[in-house]
Amino acid sequence: MAKQSLRKIRLSTNPTEDELRALKLGDVVYLHGSVYTAREGVYIRVVEDKHPLPLELPKESAANFHCSPAASINDDGSINMGAVTATASFRFSKWLDDWFKVSGAKLILGKGGMTSNDYRRDFVPNGAIYLTTVGYGTGALLGRGVQRVRDVYWSDDLGLAQAIWLIDVEEFGPFIVESDFEGNSLFERENARVAETLTRAYEGTRPAVLKRFGETDDRTDELI
Amino acid sequence: MISLDLIESTANELMRKAAVEIPCDYLTALQQLTAEEEASLSCFVLETMLENYEAAETDGRPMCGDTGCPRWYVKFGNESRVEGGGVGLEAALRRATAQATHDIPLRPNRVHPLSRADHNNNVGIGAPEIEYGFEPDGEWIDITTVHKGGLFGTDYRMLFPSDGIAGIRRFFLDSLAAFGKRGLACQPAIIGIGLGGSKDACMVLGKRAACLRTVGDQNPDPKIAELEEELKELGNSIGMGPMGFVGKSMVVDCHIEVGYCHTGGMQMSIHAFCLSSRRATARLYPDGRTEYRTDPQWFTPYQRRETVEWLNSP
Repeated sequence: MAKQSLRKIRLSTNPTEDELRALKLGDVVYLHGSVYTAREGVYIRVVEDKHPLPLELPKESAANFHCSPAASINDDGSINMGAVTATASFRFSKWLDDWFKVSGAKLILGKGGMTSNDYRRDFVPNGAIYLTTVGYGTGALLGRGVQRVRDVYWSDDLGLAQAIWLIDVEEFGPFIVESDFEGNSLFERENARVAETLTRAYEGTRPAVLKRFGETDDRTDELI
Repeated sequence: MISLDLIESTANELMRKAAVEIPCDYLTALQQLTAEEEASLSCFVLETMLENYEAAETDGRPMCGDTGCPRWYVKFGNESRVEGGGVGLEAALRRATAQATHDIPLRPNRVHPLSRADHNNNVGIGAPEIEYGFEPDGEWIDITTVHKGGLFGTDYRMLFPSDGIAGIRRFFLDSLAAFGKRGLACQPAIIGIGLGGSKDACMVLGKRAACLRTVGDQNPDPKIAELEEELKELGNSIGMGPMGFVGKSMVVDCHIEVGYCHTGGMQMSIHAFCLSSRRATARLYPDGRTEYRTDPQWFTPYQRRETVEWLNSP
């Protein structure tokens, strides 16, 4: 019964503004087109070290996946890719505004999202939204959505985990809409709903005898 | 004598089983949680995970793309002998780790912490970790691999006797709240808790409690078993489910292991073994037989012994 209550949407990896505007927090999305992986290794190289991109973006894809695939390259250059799962995105927010400008990305796919402050500061002005993977992680289901690996860039310099993998996808998902076109966050909405029960669970506990620097006792805080 | 060929081929198969097949005890418990979960987003996540396990087994692909950091636990029956000794055994486990990483394939997660150099095979300085245990009698060795994720859900705190059970509850909740939001801990998880020892021993105990005991298993000390149950219920009452969404599926099970500690302290560590609780074990015999299982059976009366001598010795 739970599944029927969530809206399921098929979306291009080069979506139009209208398509993005229509997405609501909590919608379930399946992608078709091409996605590429890029995380800190790529961001540092492009944003900080000003290396030119090795592929044409956003023409090839406007969907940046925070992911290192479970993949290997054979001696003859052929590629095995089994499972793909996202890595936690909050660590990458400092590069994103510049990255949007360079890459023209409209979809950030990852794990756990970012804060609504990040969305309003970096995503909304660049017309982008955040889709979170589910679980985590649904590596086998996402792996089934991979049609083929089109190319892999910078694997010699960055290693397989940090390289850019360009992959063609079909029925690639599920993802959940975490940020909408206005920069609201589904996770923050859920956090607010959990806050009251969480506070009740703390009744009868007390702070540790020996404190630690930088601690918070505000249960609504996130540590990201 | 247990041959190196047998060790290496078995280790290869264990790597595959751990990455692809969700252990039956975890699967059954997750099915139960899914049936009981009421919140729609949490339900969707749990149902999708159950589909994902099926897809992994059907396709023979890893259940999660972050295939964790492979590590090994080797337990020797006291009469066992291994071809090539400890050095031969370690070489075989390192070869199997590299080979399986390429063949399955797994994600080459292991890099140098500073240079970030990646050998693309999950082998490097101190990787994979290999830990050892011994058991009275037996000509067998047990080899277990665990592929645990490595970033979120683990913490350590120096507590004191005056913190008491209330302090344990507090640190438990702090950790769930810190790592449960947005689902960074990939819950519902098997929560392992180490109590006592020293800082390093406490971390080892907690990690083993999470990774080397099965769902439903209880500590033989009734007081500890009671605390395990209490913390499990507490964790499932914070209103949070998978991905930090509203729900009640947070803790699949809670396992506590203790070690004697300094008289002034009560060290506590907490570890979350995730929605891809990857573990697989095999017992190897000198005649070439191999028996696979999902229960590492690590914590035996011998491992938890308190006395100077092993009183049950033959």
